[in-house]
Amino acid sequence: MSKFNFPDSITSRPVYGTLEPRPGKSHLMIADAEGAEALLDLAKADPGVMAKAHVIYIPKGTGTKYSDQLAALKPAILHISPSYGSSVQRFQRILSDAHMGLQIYLAGTEGLMGQAMQEAVSAGIPHSAIQTEHRGSVARRMQCVHCKGITEDVMTDPFVCSHCGLNLFVRDHYSRRLAAFQGVCIDAEDPGEVPEPVELYK
Amino acid sequence: MSIQFRDETFRDTYTFRNSEWAIRRFPFPFHEDSYMYSVNMEPHKGGREGSVYENRFDVDEHYVSEMKDRAIVLAEDPLRCQSLPHMTLAGWDLLELIMVAKSEDYPDLFELHRDGNNWHWINKPMGIDQKFVFMDETTLPYGPMEYITRQTQGDFAVLDQRDDNLWMDAGMVTTQADWSLDFDIGMNFFEWHAPVPLAHEMGVFKRALKFLLNIQQGAPARRLNWTMTVNPLLDTSPENYHKWGIQKTTLTPENCGEKQHLRVELQTFFRLPRSNALVFPIRCYLIRLEDLVTVPKWGRRLHRVIRDLPEELATYKGFIRNRPIIVDYLSKFDDGSPTSPGVWPD
Repeated sequence: MSKFNFPDSITSRPVYGTLEPRPGKSHLMIADAEGAEALLDLAKADPGVMAKAHVIYIPKGTGTKYSDQLAALKPAILHISPSYGSSVQRFQRILSDAHMGLQIYLAGTEGLMGQAMQEAVSAGIPHSAIQTEHRGSVARRMQCVHCKGITEDVMTDPFVCSHCGLNLFVRDHYSRRLAAFQGVCIDAEDPGEVPEPVELYK
Repeated sequence: MSIQFRDETFRDTYTFRNSEWAIRRFPFPFHEDSYMYSVNMEPHKGGREGSVYENRFDVDEHYVSEMKDRAIVLAEDPLRCQSLPHMTLAGWDLLELIMVAKSEDYPDLFELHRDGNNWHWINKPMGIDQKFVFMDETTLPYGPMEYITRQTQGDFAVLDQRDDNLWMDAGMVTTQADWSLDFDIGMNFFEWHAPVPLAHEMGVFKRALKFLLNIQQGAPARRLNWTMTVNPLLDTSPENYHKWGIQKTTLTPENCGEKQHLRVELQTFFRLPRSNALVFPIRCYLIRLEDLVTVPKWGRRLHRVIRDLPEELATYKGFIRNRPIIVDYLSKFDDGSPTSPGVWPD
């Protein structure tokens, strides 16, 4: 089961919905890993939507499990990308040509959706034309408030900043501009006293 | 009155001190013997003579040294001052507001001469003499917001108003109570206050936002907020928390009066004329507990407030670990007698 019910949280934390087909001149879909399942469900709800869809899919660890199923939906364009980073320029190029009526669908991990949302909003796409649906890993994209480095796919609290090596605790405070949650030093007042990492939401 | 500016530090050697004058005018924030969140806004239209409320932008004996501390912070971390591209006009509004207010309220310290858009600004305490063209960024060494807030005590959040909300789209933040401008820039009112416990449920932010959205030009408002800080450290930023957090552990019953400071923020809110933005100066005042208790009413009252504060608030404000030491210290100055209403000394 790729769906996860996030517990209630503070007001800066994003909430995600369920993708719904919307009328639009064109459709841009970006998904990673189990996010593909949300696109498969979307196509099931309205098979017509895929004929006008440009799909960027990042399989992460899922191999060809989902890419074959996505190809079978016959989207207008399907691009399989090895990482979000490697797809950004393509994404920006698509946004630069976007017309009124473009619908954007984001599905998968929070890190992917947050970064793609930030890119789309910067390009002037209104929030109301962007839908999100969380699927798969509950890993977080974290910014270290101290060194500003981003650590991707954080699964435990606390965790070690991949840039400066500080032990950080995972906050729910979230910046849409950075597409990241905030990580703050956990042992500043008791150096070396770092609790055992616990898997998020466990 | 001319001010004797102190040469002092807010880090490392911590030579910061309040004079007798500064102690007497300290903005003690508790009008009764207990504390809970409230919107607590009042018009910012002056106040008692000599008080920190008297002028639009209070200048005190710490001015020059605070500005030196700000320059150190900015050299280490330029991200403490940021302005999203659409906020430049608000920056000019702010520059005008401060220059006009300071030159009117402190004519012996600041002068502003205006000939059309050709302006001449003189800041005597900081030794600045600047001719520039108003609204022409190329004629100043920094953007307008950064230029003027490098010369004005307190942090500054410049808020854009749209969609019935306020957006923190620019700021100068070097004396903050543990929040990050770099992280929060671009957030709306509810988002940047998201980590505050209890207050959302109490509806405080909804009421505060409604009030702030309606602030009119020429009718600024103010409120106080507070926390506790070990050592007179202005830069209690999350960015540097891994460096200063350890200082909290140095508090002992013996050094509490000297090391533990009550930190009060005088928050003011001004509507800006051209941009319709709202500027939110957050001015930090620090006082040692041993100085604070020289006003008997304040010592008694602070003891009761800190002792009875809900645990969530003491945790959020970051002094839960030191609360027993602080309460024990303050208890010696509380003889149990009643306190008079209001914040002023008896």
